[in-house]
Amino acid sequence: MSAIAESIRAFGRGGLFALAVLRASRPTATFWRELVREIYKIGARSLPIIAVGGAFVGLSVTLLGYRALETYGAANQISALVGLGLYRELAPVLTALLFIGRAGSSIAAELGLMRATDQITALGLMAVDPVERAVAPRFWAAVISMPLLTGFFCSLGIAASYLEAVHVIGIDAGTFWQALKDAVDFNDDFLVAFQKSAVFGGVAALVASFVGYHAEPTIEGTSVATTRAVVNASLLVLMFNFAMSALLFK
Amino acid sequence: MTPPAQAASFFVADNDPVSTPTPIARLSGVRLDRGPRTILRDIDLVVPRGGVTAVLGPSGSGKSTLLAALTGELQPSAGQVEVFGQPLPRKHRALLETRKQLGVLLQGNGLLTDLTAGENIALPLRAHTSLPEPVLRQLVLLKLHAVGLRGAIDLYPRELSGGMARRVALARALALDPPLMIYDEPLTGLDPIASGVIMELIRRLNDTLGLTSIVVTHHVHETLPVADHVVVIASGRIVFDGTPEGLQASDDPLLRQFLEGRADGPIPFDMATAPRTEAA
Repeated sequence: MSAIAESIRAFGRGGLFALAVLRASRPTATFWRELVREIYKIGARSLPIIAVGGAFVGLSVTLLGYRALETYGAANQISALVGLGLYRELAPVLTALLFIGRAGSSIAAELGLMRATDQITALGLMAVDPVERAVAPRFWAAVISMPLLTGFFCSLGIAASYLEAVHVIGIDAGTFWQALKDAVDFNDDFLVAFQKSAVFGGVAALVASFVGYHAEPTIEGTSVATTRAVVNASLLVLMFNFAMSALLFK
Repeated sequence: MTPPAQAASFFVADNDPVSTPTPIARLSGVRLDRGPRTILRDIDLVVPRGGVTAVLGPSGSGKSTLLAALTGELQPSAGQVEVFGQPLPRKHRALLETRKQLGVLLQGNGLLTDLTAGENIALPLRAHTSLPEPVLRQLVLLKLHAVGLRGAIDLYPRELSGGMARRVALARALALDPPLMIYDEPLTGLDPIASGVIMELIRRLNDTLGLTSIVVTHHVHETLPVADHVVVIASGRIVFDGTPEGLQASDDPLLRQFLEGRADGPIPFDMATAPRTEAA
């Protein structure tokens, strides 16, 4: 019973924290400067892992799809499978999971260490809202970076799939692109993927910030916060993905 | 705009701060709890303007808890904390306004590691003023000059020694010209030379800038020479409130144990026999 009460309390605190982050998001000069820095740190620097991840997922899905579709003589529809699979589910979710591993853990660790080394306390004592200075730029950087990273994930996935399908399996290049174009709808698939990504970015950043910000001010506390950020954010992203897929896709 | 408390402090005679009628901080009947535990009780404390008040006590006696109450981080469970003649606000925004007039040097310095020393000092100035960049830089240099580190403006905290980092943190605490400076264990982790520098700075800045300083520490012998007023906390309450000379002359067994650093006495060596009321 107490575990349930504790979970409800944690959700309540998380909700209040999210409100505090939104309230603290004021477009000041410092905010823009920090935002650009954070987009570079958590967005641009996540690009290699996202690009490599996207390419290998594209290759794997192509291989798997070819195996399944060939049975029915529909191997030339491989790009439709890859495109829909990537835009609707795989790219937003896998990008979010890779992002959580790369950037979510670093957000939690940074904020945890800021707590442990009195930096968050010092900001409050200087009458500078720590949420405004340390959390809001990270949150918005994640919301902005995630759709862009998802775009890269999809691009690399489809490019890798093209290379494998056309140059290894031997599917006609024109057929590959035409099937992709016919299957993927701009509004219903492409844009929804980016909406999902923005939400996942926000969820990942909020969870990571929340656990990092409230970490025990010790080395162990930072370590626990980092682990918790990755586990909790990953699970929440998977739950949000199901809910959004059920609501948004036709 | 000059804060009223700062303006008033210029008229205080430095040689007799204790007799000044309007204290800069006052705690009346304060009880401080951390969760279910009472850390400090029946705290009545008056901090006179213009002087250096040392709050001494053994580790875990509740000194940092008292500091948290003075900065509004911890609300008292009973009694009232007044700063600048006003009760410390409970609302977040009002509390932040009051904190603009407080300079706090934390035990861990709290320097932002991704900013240089200069950017750290400019942080409160950028947040609370709209000064142009050249003026800001001059002000930062002025603050660094006050702590003898003009050359460290572009160094990151990781490039500074412990003593230098403490001085940069001190310069940052002074950035907004606060009338009240609070130092939390300013000598922890410093060698004797750096300790001497910090204590000298605390006294000199207090006198030249017309500040009031509260030094929370367990470093008795380094602190007493620069203090005007001493408060000793032990066993969850104030056990001494007076002058450094009065403390040195006291024959109270608990104070003697603390001053002479004896392992056993009223504060027992074996913690298993002591009541568990101590904290940060």
